Amino acid sequence: MSTASAKQVLFEPIFSNNPIALQILGICSALAVTASLNVTIVMCLSVIAVTAFSNLAVSLIRNQIPGSIRIIVQMTIIASLVIVVDQLLKAYAYEISKQLSVFVGLIITNCIVMGRAEGFAMQNSPGMSFLDGIGNGLGYSVLLLFVGFWRELFGSGSLFGVTILSPVNEGGWYVTNGLLLLPPSAFFIIGLGIWALRTWKPDQVEEPDYKMSAHKVREAF
Amino acid sequence: MEHYLSLLVKAVFIENMALAFFLGMCTFIAISKKVEAAIGLGIAVIVVLTITVPVNNLIYNNVLREGALEWAGMPNTDLSFLGLITYIGVIAAIVQIMEMVLDKYIPALYSALGVFLPLITVNCAIMGAALFMVERDYNFGESVVYGFGAGLGWALAIVALAGIREKLKYSDVPPGLRGLGITFITVGLMSMGFMSFSGISL
Repeated sequence: MSTASAKQVLFEPIFSNNPIALQILGICSALAVTASLNVTIVMCLSVIAVTAFSNLAVSLIRNQIPGSIRIIVQMTIIASLVIVVDQLLKAYAYEISKQLSVFVGLIITNCIVMGRAEGFAMQNSPGMSFLDGIGNGLGYSVLLLFVGFWRELFGSGSLFGVTILSPVNEGGWYVTNGLLLLPPSAFFIIGLGIWALRTWKPDQVEEPDYKMSAHKVREAF
Repeated sequence: MEHYLSLLVKAVFIENMALAFFLGMCTFIAISKKVEAAIGLGIAVIVVLTITVPVNNLIYNNVLREGALEWAGMPNTDLSFLGLITYIGVIAAIVQIMEMVLDKYIPALYSALGVFLPLITVNCAIMGAALFMVERDYNFGESVVYGFGAGLGWALAIVALAGIREKLKYSDVPPGLRGLGITFITVGLMSMGFMSFSGISL
């Protein structure tokens, strides 16, 4: 990957190598914070910041980290960055940090951050690692915003808290779909999103474990 | 007693770690292709959660919480901002210690858990349980029950999903939905099933 251009490093993770849809990383928080777009955006920004800066920091000291304790070192860097983000949110966006509850803390165990630090930043220059962090953070954000968009639009008839489809219980015409505000809907939307993505980019389709063998015997009739 | 029992039921079913809070999803999806593997991972999660949540609870209440350092003569210190880094350190350390202890004294269990133990450090369910424990202000007894219940609920969910996926691989799924896509939809349906527990009031 050392020859990859900056543009590739930045944009590949968004659709072609999406951390959630293809690498199965960092799904945990993808689902819990997507019921309203305001919260989702804050979560996305936090993840982008943490991924980018942890990649940068790990990459800067990558030649000094002894191999045997690298996981602990990466973990410490990530945890410190998450604490900074958490304290910033508590200071400047208290309401939203309440809604995010434990999920800001869970960025530490978000596999995207750890996976990119270990998989990319340990081998690449600081600048590239920083871009890779932003790219992967963006890939995560695109999927999160996609899920959040449908959930908020059809679940409560609004986007970013602004009413788009006026709901029935406020005298409008749109019957809100309560299911979309509940946890299971996030799974369905991601599942369908992956389906759409893989139909668009068929090289991501997985091989089936078993194939139905073709029917060879001619019916006697 | 009744209080602890209702806390246990709540942790296992109503607030199921995997299906209601989506915690530990990465491993949940990745290691649920075979039932045996899922059972091994499930047991490891139960054990680790039952130990780490109470330990973190003790640390939080005696060292980090505001005014907790009174015994050391520092009543005005509030170290709760160090929480995140402490919990993850404690979890990593305990998993490491458990690995060594099991390797020395119970080699059978060690080889059964094998690769799953180190994986658990980065399982969001473990970290999530510690954070929920702090947020809800559980005392020591409650944290033991909560840790065990959360682990049990997670283990149940992953074993059930592995059972479904073992059958699912024989079915003819549309190409784009194969693998990850259909797994998400399955988990969604399971999660809907578990939603019905939320009607139980304890």
